[in-house]
Amino acid sequence: MYERSGDRPGPRLALRVAVVGGVAVALFAVLAFRLWDLQVLSGADYLAEAKNNRTREFKVIAPRGDILDRDGNVLVDNRTSLALQLNTQKLPEDAAEEREELQRLGGLAHMSLRKIRRTIKEGEEVAAGAPVTLRKDVGYDLVYYLEENQDRFPGVSVQRVFVRAYPDGTRAAHVVGSVGEINDEELKEPEYKGLEPGDEVGKEGVEYAYDRYLRGEPGMTRIQVNALGQPTPGGQLISEPPSPGDNLKLTLDPDVQAAGESALASFGLPGAFITMDVRDGQILGMGSNPTFDPADLIEPTQAQVNALYRDDVLAPLTNRATESYYPTGSTFKIITALAALENDQVSLTEPIFDNGSITVGTQEFQNAGGASFGPVDLVHALQVSSDVYFYTLGLRMWKTNQLQREATKLGIGKESGFDLPGETEGLVPSKEWREQLVAEGLALEDRPWSAGDNIQLAIGQGDLQTNPLQMAIAYAALANDGTLVTPHVGLEVEDAAGRVLKEFNPEPHGKVKINPSYRSAVLEGLHLAAQAPGGTSYGVFGGFPIDVAGKTGTVERPGHGDQSWYAVVAPYPNPRVVTIVTVEEGGFGAESAAPAALRILEAYFDKHATQTGAANGGSPG
Amino acid sequence: MMYATRTRQASPEPFAVRVGIAERLGLANLDWQLALAAIALVGFSVFTLAQATTNDVPGSPGYFVDRQAIYGLLGVIGMLVLTRIDYSRFRELRVGIYTFLCASISLVFVFGFTARGSRRSLDLPFFSFQPSELGKVLLILALAGFVIDGARRGSPWQRTLRYLCLGMAPAALVFLQPDLGTSLVFAVATLAVMYFGGVPWTHFAVIGATIVTLVALVLVAAPKVGVPVLHGYQEERLTSFLHPSEHASGAGYQQNQSVVAIGSGEKTGRGDRATQTRLDFVPERHTDFIFAVIGERYGFMGAAFVLSLYALLFWRALKIVTLSKNSYGALVAGGIAVSLLFQVFVNVGMNLGIMPITGIPLPLMSYGGSSVLATFLAVGVLQSIHIQARLSQKGRFAW
Repeated sequence: MYERSGDRPGPRLALRVAVVGGVAVALFAVLAFRLWDLQVLSGADYLAEAKNNRTREFKVIAPRGDILDRDGNVLVDNRTSLALQLNTQKLPEDAAEEREELQRLGGLAHMSLRKIRRTIKEGEEVAAGAPVTLRKDVGYDLVYYLEENQDRFPGVSVQRVFVRAYPDGTRAAHVVGSVGEINDEELKEPEYKGLEPGDEVGKEGVEYAYDRYLRGEPGMTRIQVNALGQPTPGGQLISEPPSPGDNLKLTLDPDVQAAGESALASFGLPGAFITMDVRDGQILGMGSNPTFDPADLIEPTQAQVNALYRDDVLAPLTNRATESYYPTGSTFKIITALAALENDQVSLTEPIFDNGSITVGTQEFQNAGGASFGPVDLVHALQVSSDVYFYTLGLRMWKTNQLQREATKLGIGKESGFDLPGETEGLVPSKEWREQLVAEGLALEDRPWSAGDNIQLAIGQGDLQTNPLQMAIAYAALANDGTLVTPHVGLEVEDAAGRVLKEFNPEPHGKVKINPSYRSAVLEGLHLAAQAPGGTSYGVFGGFPIDVAGKTGTVERPGHGDQSWYAVVAPYPNPRVVTIVTVEEGGFGAESAAPAALRILEAYFDKHATQTGAANGGSPG
Repeated sequence: MMYATRTRQASPEPFAVRVGIAERLGLANLDWQLALAAIALVGFSVFTLAQATTNDVPGSPGYFVDRQAIYGLLGVIGMLVLTRIDYSRFRELRVGIYTFLCASISLVFVFGFTARGSRRSLDLPFFSFQPSELGKVLLILALAGFVIDGARRGSPWQRTLRYLCLGMAPAALVFLQPDLGTSLVFAVATLAVMYFGGVPWTHFAVIGATIVTLVALVLVAAPKVGVPVLHGYQEERLTSFLHPSEHASGAGYQQNQSVVAIGSGEKTGRGDRATQTRLDFVPERHTDFIFAVIGERYGFMGAAFVLSLYALLFWRALKIVTLSKNSYGALVAGGIAVSLLFQVFVNVGMNLGIMPITGIPLPLMSYGGSSVLATFLAVGVLQSIHIQARLSQKGRFAW
């Protein structure tokens, strides 16, 4: 037998060896076929999978462009901040585990579980699927802790993000506006093509209006990662740097803006101011009170939310210069004057006797303050702001619609094409409007358009609804021979090196024919009103070295104090700039609005002193 | 009948009188193909490690390469030393060998240091040594002796059970370390020696049926009644390859990554652009998953080259079974051949995603002193059998 020691193996062994050999051939064949299958037949697929395995793409957020005033001072720029983000899709599926993680996270971020859940829910409503930013401005200690304990916080990451910074706080807050995460509706719009949930876009003000210039192009970094998804040292493969947004220079003049804001704030009352170049519609200053610090909008506390969003009376976010519905008081009288002159309802020389009141039917309309000025012509009527004179013109144009047509021609009651969002349309009340209101059952009183209605409109009271911006356009048209400028705050787009990429010179809206003699007569009346003894704002502008033409306005608001208005163009007689100021409950026009306008013009002419006065001697009338 | 034919044809130089240098060193009758296959494999291992592991140990780019080269060199020396020894001496030392085997494995429980939750190594002055690796050879040498020695004692069934017990005792010790892979190699080596020792086919059928039943009990029945035999990770590894996608980030993860690595190598490999095995996607790339490194870096050409070296190695080992001058040599060679085949198949299969993860190194390729040395010693024993066979043939012709 072969099993004995020393025996030579026998033939039975050969069979067993052959069997093992056969098995071995089969096994090697299996390995070889599998190898062939993996590497040759499906190699390309695995190669693709391997390539996908080793890199991760990270979006590199581009900083938004800076917003500058016309002198290049920074109104808005960026600071970097560390934001705690949560990718909800990577949270544990198990509800208890998820709860545990969120609780751990809340402990670190000083947020309650409820607050975290609410933040997630709100984030999902804005843009489902995007990482939710739980908290901005987290500290480095938290960042390091999270990095060291990554496996305990799936889905949690810290991103370096750019946050808007406002070096001057509330300066031009309503103009610059605010940014926020893009929402689902915006994502569908063509101008936001290519953006993704979580991206930041302008929401208000120039941030919104010039978003496409301010918004940069995000970059992309491809990083080689290991099996844990951690970047390998030196493993940065491709880096497309983000291209930062372009800078936007505004038409705002820092001195005018500062003067307007501080003058307005000094009253502590709601109001607005606007200063515009009458020649091209550049807004040199625009402000609204009460105002806000746009930085508060980034992550408002509950108290801030209440103050900013839920106060319907003060409504700090509303730009009263463009988003208001105001009657204008006597500042409207230039429109009445032009309408009557152009339509031959009155001549420049016709005196109208002002005995303090006018009676139409059973209704008596009185001068403000019970004054009576005797016989007044147009210039004089403007100087002293004779209501009776303009009541009379209103009465004469009662059935003609001429007043409404003139107002509309000068830009009242329609949108101006202003570059910022939210401007109100306003309303020039008319016979048709009244009839339609009655027909729709919306009128408070079921009555036709009356002479009284037209008389009220003639002095800027009653149902008139406009805003300081529209008044600025109308006064600018008077000053510039009838051009309806398109107001704008965007001046030019610059790249980071200061090269001008684009200038904004919007075309005028239209041209109104104004007879030059009428124009100079109206301007003369306003000039006398501001700077001749007996003029309504002589007390304010009497000593101002620059000749101006300004009109006060006082709106009676039932249940409220009078609203103060002032509209002024300067220098007289060839104005370059218009300023409109209104102060709710500010009393007579000369009480608050005119002094504020004075401070604004002082700031303007201090700066542009070399260009002033010389042309027209500058003697206050 | 092939065997008889071969003996008649042997020794073409009956009148050779000059004794060459190779003859003096005892290398003349070396199985050169076997030796070259083994040396080529370890050489390729060093080459691969040199390219793939330079960043693995910070500040010491040659850590694995240098050591593997030294192990390979020591292995070759060990192999050459064994060629000078008549392997038949091991049969006489079987009891001593067996005792040493069991004792050294048991020592690990007392003195061994723990690596990744299992104690497999002894910390010797210069390197840590894994007795179970050397045990693969020792078990075959001892068991073959027992089989030859006990051929006439007891009934066939008693013999079969005796061999099984002798083989399974060290296998169980290794299993308890716990080292499932090596214990499986022990078991396979035991069965291989029995197989070549002439244990009847019917016995293997019964053993096979028993194994199937046991596996079913261990994997299915025992956990159901709450008696875990395998560690959780062992069971998961053993079963996850059956449905890898369910374990994409768990136990099946390593295998998925290994399959992706090999597949991505395509025909000619990715060379230094390899990412799967360079960036930690594939774990244990210098040991259990070195085949994935080869597959990704050198593609089908490299991987097929390695497989053919193993095929050559196995073919020569099987050849030596038939050449052996005595039954002991045949049994030892058969045991070594089958255990090598088993290790290669299981390891490469594991890398290719068709076998479970069992922690069996790829002989001569995987980094590790114990494994490389033990495999070279096994090859040395094969050489010894080859040389003795040649010498006995020549002797018969000479005298």
